[in-house]
Amino acid sequence: MNNVDPFIINLIVFTLAIFVGYFVVWAVTPALHTPLMSVTNAISGIIIIGSLTLILLDNEVKGLFGFQNNISSLMGYFATVLASINVFGGFVVTQRMLVMYKKKKQKS
Amino acid sequence: MSENLSAICYLISSIFFIMALKGLSSPETARRGNLFGVLGMLLAVLTLVYQPNTTNFIPVIICILIGGTVGTILGVKIKMTAMPQLVAAFHSLVGLAAVFVAAGAFYAPEKFGIAYEDTIKIVSAIELSVGLVIGAVTFSGSIIAFLKLQSLMSGNPITFKFQHLLNALIGILIIIGIYLLVIKQSSEIFIILSILALIIGVLIIIPIGGADMPVVVSMLNSYSGWAAAGIGFTLENVSLIIVGALVGSSGAILSYIMCKAMNRSFISVILGGFGEEASKIVMTKTDKMAKSGGASDGSFIMKNSEHVIIVPGYGMAVSQAQHIVKEMSDLLKKKGIKVSFAIHPVAGRMPGHMNVLLAEANVSYDEVFELEEINSDFSTCDVAFVIGANDITNPAAKTDPASPIAGMPILDVEAAKTVLFVKRSLSPGYAGIDNKVFYNENTLMLFGDAKKIVEEIVKELN
Repeated sequence: MNNVDPFIINLIVFTLAIFVGYFVVWAVTPALHTPLMSVTNAISGIIIIGSLTLILLDNEVKGLFGFQNNISSLMGYFATVLASINVFGGFVVTQRMLVMYKKKKQKS
Repeated sequence: MSENLSAICYLISSIFFIMALKGLSSPETARRGNLFGVLGMLLAVLTLVYQPNTTNFIPVIICILIGGTVGTILGVKIKMTAMPQLVAAFHSLVGLAAVFVAAGAFYAPEKFGIAYEDTIKIVSAIELSVGLVIGAVTFSGSIIAFLKLQSLMSGNPITFKFQHLLNALIGILIIIGIYLLVIKQSSEIFIILSILALIIGVLIIIPIGGADMPVVVSMLNSYSGWAAAGIGFTLENVSLIIVGALVGSSGAILSYIMCKAMNRSFISVILGGFGEEASKIVMTKTDKMAKSGGASDGSFIMKNSEHVIIVPGYGMAVSQAQHIVKEMSDLLKKKGIKVSFAIHPVAGRMPGHMNVLLAEANVSYDEVFELEEINSDFSTCDVAFVIGANDITNPAAKTDPASPIAGMPILDVEAAKTVLFVKRSLSPGYAGIDNKVFYNENTLMLFGDAKKIVEEIVKELN
């Protein structure tokens, strides 16, 4: 696969991941569909990798408090704040919900 | 960290994410699953930070602290009845973040390693514009969904003439825009494309409303995943691609399940205007009278029964009656009466909405059943106690092929010896059709606010 374009490799990963998602999500019990949505909210926050890349690789002269003020870094800052809200909020609220799913001791 | 090592770390973090979703296959493993999700996220971020030549840690930490604090407060404070809104709001954030990242990459392609002699590589430019468009659609669409769920905007479908034509036109313009952006790479086109995508996001969500909201919420869930995947392709980062694919297919499956539970095709939900088309059907006035009763009648009937099945719907969420319903079920159980809960897949405003509310009220999840598990029990139970639900119990779905809900699987409450309907009025449900169960001999309507009625019943039971 020496001459395969990286795009094709990514496409392979993407397609296989869709299949994994398909089988894993069908196995999720309907009672947990809301936590499923909130946990996918949390892990969508992985977009933080994109926003951090914009900040971490910026070697320009620093402005106020070490913040760069070029467009791409600004975009990176905004996106990082938003993605962190998702990551923290998503995991916290999922945990809160999952703790509530309890089975009573031998009763029915 | 070498490129190879970091790629392996991203792979491991992706496996953690898969485990996080896998954990949700049962409530016992779900909490461990969530922990895997946290680990995956931590590993992915640390891997990135440990790349060579990274700098600016202080601003990064500040941004994460701000976002993290806001997110944690939201997560801790939010009421369980408001989960649909919160989820919609989170989708919009992912969408907006994708737009920002796409913009950042557009203005500084060298940071993403996609620059080639002052321009962006063609393939990367396509990936970037696709990520941008999906991100913008997710953002504006989720904002509309949020406004509808939060009742800041009417939940009714908004339709107008030539709506689909307009959507198609903008859709074509977006495709042309992507083409131009890839060729010319000018910031004017970037901005126009973003605006067009924001507009189409609004337009595709406004015609969908009310009981179709579970589909909308799941669909936007799916979009937020595809947006992340689009950015992942640009960045050539496997973690982002894999998570995007997982979230995208998860949302798509949930949309499919919701459509199936309403026997509606995905296309017809997307085209919208459900309530609209139904209201045109002339409602045949029934001369039959519905019997109505008070809380004392309701409690008397339940006291003298052996098995009660409670059917919750959106009305229970609206009046926040889940705790008092749980209290009622405890009192009934103390009297030796068997109580179970029956949940229709589209009850509420998002997948699994009712389950979460009952879990919050401390109802044991082995007393809560899905439609297929419990539907045959109605014929043997004494009382079906329907609280704040309507369409999901309407036998017209089975008997009347012309009905807008024809073919929708329903909960067979009319098979129960007695049906108790807690409802504000006789008004039809979201689909705009009359429910003949109201007028049955064995049905007793308990008119009023769900919470108040159940409170009165609890008093009677004590």
